[in-house]
Amino acid sequence: MSTVHPKPGSAASASMILPQGSVAHRQEPLILGIETSCDETGIGIVRGSTLLANVITSSMDEHARYGGVVPEVAARAHLEALEPALRAALAEAGVTLAELDAIAVTSGPGLSGALMVGVGAAKALAVALDKPIYAVNHLVGHVGADVLRTDGTSIELPTIALLVSGGHTSLLLVRDLVSDVELLGETIDDAAGEAFDKVARLLGLPYPGGPHIDRVAEGGDPKAIRFPRGLSQSKDMAKHRYDFSFSGLKTAVARWVEAKRDAGEDVPMADVAASFREAVADILLTKALAACAAYGIPRLLLGGGVVANARIRELAAERCAAAGVELRIPPLELCTDNGAMIAALGAQLVQAGFPPSTLDFSADSTLPVTTIQA
Amino acid sequence: MLLAIDTSAGTSVAVVDRDRGVLAEFSEHDTRRHSEVIGTLIAEALKASGIEVAALSGVAVGMGPGPFTGLRVGIAAARAFAFGAGKPVVPVVSHDAIAFAALEGMKRAPGSIAAAVPHPLLVVSDARRREVYWSAYSGSDEQGLPIRVAGPGLARPDDLPNLPELTGRDGSSSRAGGFDRYERLDADAVSAAALGMFAESLYLHRRPFAGPDALYLRAPDVTMSAGPKRVS
Ligand SMILES: [Zn+2]
Repeated sequence: MSTVHPKPGSAASASMILPQGSVAHRQEPLILGIETSCDETGIGIVRGSTLLANVITSSMDEHARYGGVVPEVAARAHLEALEPALRAALAEAGVTLAELDAIAVTSGPGLSGALMVGVGAAKALAVALDKPIYAVNHLVGHVGADVLRTDGTSIELPTIALLVSGGHTSLLLVRDLVSDVELLGETIDDAAGEAFDKVARLLGLPYPGGPHIDRVAEGGDPKAIRFPRGLSQSKDMAKHRYDFSFSGLKTAVARWVEAKRDAGEDVPMADVAASFREAVADILLTKALAACAAYGIPRLLLGGGVVANARIRELAAERCAAAGVELRIPPLELCTDNGAMIAALGAQLVQAGFPPSTLDFSADSTLPVTTIQA
Repeated sequence: MLLAIDTSAGTSVAVVDRDRGVLAEFSEHDTRRHSEVIGTLIAEALKASGIEVAALSGVAVGMGPGPFTGLRVGIAAARAFAFGAGKPVVPVVSHDAIAFAALEGMKRAPGSIAAAVPHPLLVVSDARRREVYWSAYSGSDEQGLPIRVAGPGLARPDDLPNLPELTGRDGSSSRAGGFDRYERLDADAVSAAALGMFAESLYLHRRPFAGPDALYLRAPDVTMSAGPKRVS
């Protein structure tokens, strides 16, 4: 398809040592995607924009006793989960390795040691099979998940994308899935998912915090306590218009709960959980819709595990409807970290005629969203 | 014919054959570039050896001991390669490959039988955080295979000579006065060629390979939370 350029000074020419860049089926490529950026080992298989398999093994239970993702625990779990997940995905898709047109893998951003497991495995698999490899951006992968929807609709661009998980909270402007993604803002401290985990701990709820906060918030008054919305004041607008901050919110909840306990009063758990959750949902959607308005883009796509939170989805639907913004949320199993979204983005790159990545790309924990393919 | 991979120190990849010896070996000494170079080194080694993937009989891999972030890259790559190629993984203790080379097992004709060579050898490698990984060998056996009598273990360098008595493979214990009488070999690299040839010898002589688990020798770094701290 196209030539790859060896780095200056590399010992052998790229054509000698790289899997060749000819992808057999450019229109409906069969792609296997590998995702290991955080605590889910994801192997997905797609044909073009058709989902064939999406196997996710989570090490979440192993992190529960620590109250958050422990990078080394996650990385060890990836090493053990990879091969069984590969087997399961191939069986689920009913395809063989030989039929694959290319391998796609998350090269960043994410936890460095965790990313390296997937990158090392993907490269070795690509060489063993003599298949091209596409190193792709995890965040853009979340957006790419939307092409796998089975309701017959397809993603319309440009769109604003809000990607919220335990590992990231990012607001993107996506003009083109394979060539033009801009970071509008991101968290300057904790990810939103981390805030859920920390507040859950504070309330004596188990990890992961999201579903438990959701459960406890049931019947609570979201307006009972006015918790702060980080980076929402006018002084923040110059530098942090689309950035997020959740550490102040976490501290505010802790202070409020401590004051209640110090006064010997019962902590109204439902109200605290509902008010906290409201603060998170409010700031996320306020900023996302501000971006839609500012850029004149009446489309918002949600992605990331925190989308599983019922109130965030509900508030997104309300606010988008009120603002005349089309809301897109991929199916939940494609919102959490998964290999199918990585395969889907790989397929988009193949379909757009992009050459494969060279074999020397690195696992980059801070890969910018502008680097869609490494 | 084996593809051999070790990332317990730098990154080393080789293609070896029991009868023809080392067909190709490519290594990167840098201990921070494992995931970057692994694919290229595998591709280069295969290319230089002229061996087709289908002709390999397995993938030998160093299971450590070694610093875990890098160690894992080689194991992940070996498993994925083996899965892709439909070949078995052959796990090997990385220190054994160092001892195998040092005790001249590499120089012997495969399958040849000679006298066992007593040679107390202590293989030591950097474990970071002011600790070392160590393995103790009494020498090599009739097949030239190193006889590991203790380890692999993790210790502070100062504690090494004073480690307690060694227990032999046969269960006998010999009061050796620690490792004082052992020749110490500080290794900062593991050769995948030595690892591969060692694996070939293990196979030839029907010796067991290493276990399937990475030899991290350290629990993950985690701080157990003592519950939420007060903020006010
Ligand atoms: Zn994610």
